[in-house]
Amino acid sequence: MALFDLRLQEIHNKLTSKELSVGDLVDASYRRIAETDTSIQAFLTLNEEGARAAASELDNQLQQGGERGLLFGLPAGIKDNIVTEGLLTTCASQLLRNYDPIYSGTAVKKLSAAQSITIGKLNMDEFAMGGSNENSSFYPTRNPWNTDYVPGGSSGGSAASVAAGQVYFSLGSDTGGSIRQPAAYCGIVGLKPTYGLVSRFGLVAFASSLDQIGPLTKNVEDSAYVLQAIAGYDEMDSTSANVEIPDYVGALSGDVKGLRIGVPKEYLGQGIDPKVKEAVLAALKQFESLGATWEEVSLPHTEYAVATYYLLASSEASSNLARFDGVRYGVRADDPDNLIDLYRKSRSQGFGDEVKRRIMLGTYALSSGYYDAYYLKAQKVRTLIKQDFDNVFNNYDLIIGPTAPTAAFRIGEQVGDPLTMYLNDICTIPVSLAGVPAISIPCGFADGLPVGLQIIGKAFDERTVLRAAHAFEQHTDHHKARPQL
Amino acid sequence: MNGGEDAPMSITVKDVEHVANLARLELSEGEKEQFTGQLNAILKYAEKLNELDTEQVEPTSHVLPVTNVMRDDVVKESVTVEIALKNAPDEEDGQFKVPAVLE
Repeated sequence: MALFDLRLQEIHNKLTSKELSVGDLVDASYRRIAETDTSIQAFLTLNEEGARAAASELDNQLQQGGERGLLFGLPAGIKDNIVTEGLLTTCASQLLRNYDPIYSGTAVKKLSAAQSITIGKLNMDEFAMGGSNENSSFYPTRNPWNTDYVPGGSSGGSAASVAAGQVYFSLGSDTGGSIRQPAAYCGIVGLKPTYGLVSRFGLVAFASSLDQIGPLTKNVEDSAYVLQAIAGYDEMDSTSANVEIPDYVGALSGDVKGLRIGVPKEYLGQGIDPKVKEAVLAALKQFESLGATWEEVSLPHTEYAVATYYLLASSEASSNLARFDGVRYGVRADDPDNLIDLYRKSRSQGFGDEVKRRIMLGTYALSSGYYDAYYLKAQKVRTLIKQDFDNVFNNYDLIIGPTAPTAAFRIGEQVGDPLTMYLNDICTIPVSLAGVPAISIPCGFADGLPVGLQIIGKAFDERTVLRAAHAFEQHTDHHKARPQL
Repeated sequence: MNGGEDAPMSITVKDVEHVANLARLELSEGEKEQFTGQLNAILKYAEKLNELDTEQVEPTSHVLPVTNVMRDDVVKESVTVEIALKNAPDEEDGQFKVPAVLE
């Protein structure tokens, strides 16, 4: 059994009994990266020197005994849109290819406090815009299950690195499905917490009303551990939720008796691959056998979610990405005629196609005369979509469906057709608009590629989401499947 | 450009040029063509929202019930000039340097 397939507690026991050192864990991580990353291309920057120094410090601490952090010694990968002090943070963009942050994001600081080790920075779609990692301006990450296929996105590097056994866990960010969809495509567990539960301070903003950091792990228990470490109020993020953080790991009782599950008919309708549907229905049967009940429900505004999302997210992005102008950081274009020309040239040379497309869409939607027709209209429809969820949650504890309508697609298959690409997110986007938590867990395969089950909960009820996901995992083996690399 | 709910839903290369200028982007002729087509396709898809009567619906800008979060107005430690300039593409006398604003 590979080292990173051990449970967190087993690793910690081996560290206590000196059977294993933190140095061994870090070695295993870099060895696996050396073996596999020429084909997977999950990493953009490695932190080898820093990681080894941190490991030897933790090994010293181990010798002396005493309190250990929740994630002590565990090798972690960080999506490259979360700033890390002294470690390049590029957002997979040419514009930030030399950006050396002067501070670390709150989630990264919390990982340090929990004593995990940052192995490196993970590939992504440029500025988190995309669902395939093909929009990385450096190189595309590939799916460990079949390297001709995309790993999903935008946290494709975060998902692929965990699936390939390069790191014990990773952090990603989710705006419209960017943790859940790549987790589904790569056969791992990806959690998007409730909006506001994890601080966004130090997460390079894409769409501020939707962005949320979360863990990608091989099992639900690890997801609970990492969430425990990174959740919590932060005065540096004005949209941080000031709520008490419950015991997530303690919620994993294995018991789902009496849970009421709603299954949206819109998520199993047109466009869904029959094999994905089959896997989801089998999972529902499993929940039934464990004592939960499920019924078909309706989220009637689902068909409007993708349009709503692209208007809102692109509008917010056009505003957020205005800061990248070549003045204070990033790559400045050579020989500008004047200041405006410096902005124009630096942005035009630094941004890729999809980023430009979304800035254009957002700028148009916010421009004089169109604001009411597009941006305000989309904000109103967002209210209706949120109400859909409120209505179902009046009668049900959880909503379950597929994470994505299909398994991963071939690299290159959907390039040049942004609208089709956007529709891959039909099951994850409404959840983001409603701001509620959701997890994707492995629930089977379609033609040799993993299928993800999405479990959606009420706002701040991650405990029930994790409990159900964990109970399912206890009675199935889908999460134990590993790609041959 | 015309405005309001009855605005023409098809955008032209000229519109794309106008928006690119607002967004401080310089597009090649090829990009202008490409974006005109793709933005039209996306906006046409977005017309779907007009099927819904939202006259009486309040907009949601944010799902959390928080507004205007303020902190106490007290001086705190901040980064030094040197650190703040660490990533500056160009600098002089402890300041970010840019080309002349006025010709």
